[in-house]
Amino acid sequence: MPNNFYTKKVMNHFKKPHNYGRLEKADGVGTVGNAVCGDVMRLYIKIGLDKKKQEVIKDIKFETFGCVAAIASSSAITDLAKGKTLKSALKISKAGIADSLGGLPPVKMHCSLLASDALAEAAYDYLFSNKKEIPSDLEAKHKQISKDRKRTEKKYKDWMEEQKKIMDKN
Amino acid sequence: MAKISEKKPNKNQARRQNIYMDYGAATHVDPRVLKSLSRFPSEFFGNTMSLHSFGRKAKAKLEESREILADLINAEPREIIFTGSATESNNLALKGIASANRQKGGHIIISPIEHSCVKESAGWLEGQGFEISRLKVDEYGLVDPREVKKLIRKDTILVSVMHANNEIGTIEPIEEIGKICRNKGVYFHTDAAQSLGKIPIDVKKMNIDLLTGSSQKMYGPKGAACLFVRKGIKINPILHGGGQEFGLRPATVNVPAVYGFAKAGLFCGKEMRKESEKLRKLRDKLIKGIKAKISGAFLNGHPQKRLPNNINFRFEFIEGEALIAKLDIKGIAASTGSACSSEKLQPSHVLLAIGLAPQKAHGSLRLTLGRWTTDKEVNYVLEVLPEIIKELREISPFKK
Repeated sequence: MPNNFYTKKVMNHFKKPHNYGRLEKADGVGTVGNAVCGDVMRLYIKIGLDKKKQEVIKDIKFETFGCVAAIASSSAITDLAKGKTLKSALKISKAGIADSLGGLPPVKMHCSLLASDALAEAAYDYLFSNKKEIPSDLEAKHKQISKDRKRTEKKYKDWMEEQKKIMDKN
Repeated sequence: MAKISEKKPNKNQARRQNIYMDYGAATHVDPRVLKSLSRFPSEFFGNTMSLHSFGRKAKAKLEESREILADLINAEPREIIFTGSATESNNLALKGIASANRQKGGHIIISPIEHSCVKESAGWLEGQGFEISRLKVDEYGLVDPREVKKLIRKDTILVSVMHANNEIGTIEPIEEIGKICRNKGVYFHTDAAQSLGKIPIDVKKMNIDLLTGSSQKMYGPKGAACLFVRKGIKINPILHGGGQEFGLRPATVNVPAVYGFAKAGLFCGKEMRKESEKLRKLRDKLIKGIKAKISGAFLNGHPQKRLPNNINFRFEFIEGEALIAKLDIKGIAASTGSACSSEKLQPSHVLLAIGLAPQKAHGSLRLTLGRWTTDKEVNYVLEVLPEIIKELREISPFKK
């Protein structure tokens, strides 16, 4: 399966993921997906300012429970986002992530979407908790992600509670 | 195959091996079987329906095959129908019985953990107006024969419960179910694709009316399978054509594959006791080792009533596809019931039927051992698997 199903780039990221683990004192954290569907992705970002006083992603790390594509997409987005201004990092699309991996099988494209959602959520968390202005498209994305999450929570209530307990403990 | 165990691991390459632990998916063809097939292209290529010497030679091999396989399950040669695959045999059993017994009734009972070819055949019949009842299974995947008894009605024409499950290895109480069906006058079919050649089967003693067997799961070539149909059973063909296989499976018989199947069956029959004993030891060593070395590891399937070669574990906070990929990188071939590995992105219906919530079904690993599995290979898996689980948990947000 992995040899012809996934590209070499996907497998390289999977074998040696970049920037994994927890980022202490992160400025923003975004968690998306749920274990019922088989993927949970969490991105941590650390924000700094560049010479032009623009917000820049100084550091980024991920923690992911999921398949090969989910792990590779997480690793890829950390590479793509690191050093970029927050504004331009938010433009990283699922297609951009998939391209950087040399393509993903159609059935796995949702994994790259999950990664871009996780980054959006981390950015939202940073802007929101620092009482900064939130761009309207980010606000809309956040609303959509929350809506989806609520729908899943309703569907799998018991498990989500169990999952939350485990995550809160960490 | 045999070479694997003889190969001395080079120190630098000690991490990369070539270990096949997916015998439940497909087996190698036994070299002894291959050898017996060497004369087929030149000598036994004839059409079994031809009257000349070439046809008669092929026909003789076909009938010899029928006898060997009949012997393996204590049936009469006339009761063995050769088909092209276990999927075809199961389709023939369900659809053939349904169409021939419609006058008696339209009710069929199956277990919820059947292979998809039984499950989907039943689903198709449902669309054609038949009524399908699905049994429950317990946490080990066992069917309760009492429930079978309860579900049988006047219009029930067939009960189909597999002999051993392909994913979790649980062996069903076939003999008891068969007895109930016989007493009630209902046909009983069992899919023995995973068990034939591995554990004893006696169709007379077990009251089996129809039984599916597969060549490629027991060291024979692909493209051959059989359906045992007890004498006197009312069944229609699902393919129509010439009169091959007593009119039940018209098509030129694939004699080389069928003969390979029979030869493989011969070796399985002869060596069953010794082989299953060896596999059981390796299986139990793996189960014990995994439980001891890995936290949050739970055995799926019954601890005792299971195929001698099947190991199926669920690991907490592990996604199966990633696990299989990591094992593959280390040279170990295994399989999973994870949704992420399937085209439909749905977890295995077997794992859901034994009561696992979807998120728990994602982390399953199936290791199926076979004729060439060695103790050394088992040790290697026990060495590598805990590391892989640790790595995957390390990058997971659920890590403790």
